[in-house]
Amino acid sequence: MTLRLEQLARRVGKETHLYRMDLTLEPGLNVLLGPTLAGKTSLMRLMAGLDRPSEGRVLVDGTDVTSRSVRERSVAMVYQQFINYPSLTVYDNIASPLRLARLPRPEIDRKVREVAGLLHIEHLLGRLPAELSGGQQQRTAIGRALVKEADLLLLDEPLVNLDYKLREELRAELQAIFAQRRAVVVYATTEPLEALVLGGRTVVMGEGRILQTGPTLQVYHHPASTDVARIFSDPPMNMLEGTIADGRVSLGDGIAFPPCAHLAALPAGRYRFGVRANHLGIARRRPGDVEFPAEVALAEVSGSETFVHLLHDGVDLVVQEEGIHSLRLGATMSVFLAPGQLYAFDAAGALAAAPARREG
Amino acid sequence: MSRSRIVVIVWYVFLLLPLYWLFNMSLKTNAEILSGLTLVPRNPTLANYRTIFTDPTWYSGYINSLTYVVLNTLISLSVALPAAYAFSRYRFIGDKHMFFWLLTNRMAPAAVFLLPFFQLYQTIGLFDTHIAVALAHCLFNVPLAVWILEGFMSGVPKEIDETAYIDGYGFPRFFLTIFVPLIRSGIGVTAFFCFMFSWVELLLARTLTTVNAKPIAATMTRTVSAAGMDWATLAAAGVLTIVPGALVIWFVRNYIAKGFALGRV
Repeated sequence: MTLRLEQLARRVGKETHLYRMDLTLEPGLNVLLGPTLAGKTSLMRLMAGLDRPSEGRVLVDGTDVTSRSVRERSVAMVYQQFINYPSLTVYDNIASPLRLARLPRPEIDRKVREVAGLLHIEHLLGRLPAELSGGQQQRTAIGRALVKEADLLLLDEPLVNLDYKLREELRAELQAIFAQRRAVVVYATTEPLEALVLGGRTVVMGEGRILQTGPTLQVYHHPASTDVARIFSDPPMNMLEGTIADGRVSLGDGIAFPPCAHLAALPAGRYRFGVRANHLGIARRRPGDVEFPAEVALAEVSGSETFVHLLHDGVDLVVQEEGIHSLRLGATMSVFLAPGQLYAFDAAGALAAAPARREG
Repeated sequence: MSRSRIVVIVWYVFLLLPLYWLFNMSLKTNAEILSGLTLVPRNPTLANYRTIFTDPTWYSGYINSLTYVVLNTLISLSVALPAAYAFSRYRFIGDKHMFFWLLTNRMAPAAVFLLPFFQLYQTIGLFDTHIAVALAHCLFNVPLAVWILEGFMSGVPKEIDETAYIDGYGFPRFFLTIFVPLIRSGIGVTAFFCFMFSWVELLLARTLTTVNAKPIAATMTRTVSAAGMDWATLAAAGVLTIVPGALVIWFVRNYIAKGFALGRV
C-alpha cells in the first residue's frame, strides 16, 4: 500500500495545526521526527481518518479516502498513553478487532496467541489491563494494533511513557516486528536517537510543516536547514556565525583556520556553521582540531557521558564528552573543534556544505 | 469515658432517636401510643404491618410509588446517557450554555411546574397514571443525571473511543460493551439520585394523581378519619417507606464516595 497526502492542511478555529503539505509513504518504517507541537499527532490523526483535513486529500493506492470513516480504513494505532479496554482481559483486548472482523474462533485464538508470544505477554492473557505494569499495558495496546494486520500502522510516541530500560527493550523488539511487516508503519518520536536506532525513512517536522524527508541516515548527515539540524540532533546542533574569506574560515570570536575539503569549495561570504556536540571536545582528539576558549556554564553528567554547556562569544555551546568530568563553573577552558565535522548553512538557513562521509 | 466518645454517643442518640421512636410506635397499639410515654412497647404487635400488607389502599401506595420511581429512573438514565456522552465528547454551538441551562431547570421550585403539568396531563389524558408522574420527575432528574454522568464520562480518555472505532466497533456496540462498563459506578450513582429524588418528591406526585397512581406518601397524609389519627399504622407505613431508600443506599454506597470524589454529586 502507498499512502499519499496531497496538499493536506488542517486548521482548528483560527489556529493552523498543519500547513499545506505533500507526503508519500511507502511500506516500511517511517519515522515522524519533531519536537512537541510540531504537528506529528495532528498529521497521524489525519492519516488515520480520525480528523478531517481542512484542505487536501488522502490517497491510499491512488484511491481518495479523505472522507472515508476510520472504521472502513485498514488502520491501527498505538497512543502515547496506554489505551486498552479496561473492562476486557488482555486476551479479549487483543481479540477484539478480530472478533469485529468476524474471523472464525480458532483463527482468532491462533492469532492472539501468536501476537502475545511475539510481545512476551502470553502469560498475562487472563488479566485485566489495570493489573499490568505500564510496559505490559503498552505491549497489550501494541498487540491489539498488530493483530489486525492493518495496511497502516500508526504509533504515536509509543515508548515515551516507559522507563529507559523498558523503552530500549521494546524498541529493539518493535524494530524486529516491523521488519517482518508489509504495512506502512508511521512512528512518531521527539528523540533523534530513537529515529537513528529505528532507521527506515525519516520525516522531520517542525511547527506544522514537513521540513525534510528521506532515508534516516541521509537526513541525519545532510540536514537541509538549520531547523532540521537542530531537531535531528540531541543535544541540538551548536551554531556559530562566521565567514569564509581570503581562504580562511573565521567564526565566533577569533576562531580561524584554513578551510578543509568540503568547505573549500564554498564561495566567500557569511555562513552559519553548525557542529554536533559530539564533535566538540574539551581535550584535543586529533591533530587538526582547532582550539578556542569558552566559559563553563553548566556540566551535566548523564551516565557515562558529560554534557558541558559553555559560553563562547555570547553563544551557548554544548560539548558531549565521554567519561565523567567535574568542571568549575565560570572557569574559562579550551574547547576543541574538528573542522572536518562542520556544517555550513547559508544566510537563508539552507545547507551549503556537509562534512564528507565515506559512505556518501 | 473520653470526651470525644461522649460526643459521638450524643450525636448517635440525636440521629437515631426519631428513627427509633418511629419504629417503637409502629410496634405499639393506638391505645398505648396515646396513653403515655413508653420506651419499649408493652405488648409488641405486628398488627400495624399486617394492616398495610393486606389492605389494598395501603400496599397499592407502595406499588404505585415504586412503579413511577423505577420508570423515572429508567427514562432518566436512557435519556441522560446519550446526552451526557454528547456533552463530554463533542463541541457544538452553545454546548456550555446548554449544559448550564439544563442545571437551571433544577433551580425552580416544583410548585412552579405544578399548574402546567396538571393542565397538560388533564388535557391529554395522562392524569393519574404512573407514567405521568415519572415524566414530571424527569424535569428534575434528567438534568441532574446528565450533569453527574458527564463528569464520569469525561474521566474516560477519548482515545478509548477512537481506538474502538479504529478496531471497527460501531457506536452502539462500543457504547454498550466498552463504554458503559467503564462508567458503571457513575450510572449507579445517577440511578441512586434519580431514585431518591423521585421517591421523596411529594408535591407533583400527589397533585398529578388521585386514585390509580396515588403514591404512598400521599396515602400517609390521608389517614385522618372521624375516629382520629391512626398513629400506629402511620408509623408502620413510615418504617416501610424508609426501607427502599436504605436498600438502594446500601448497594451504591461505594459508588457514591467515588461520585463525590469526582466533584459532581
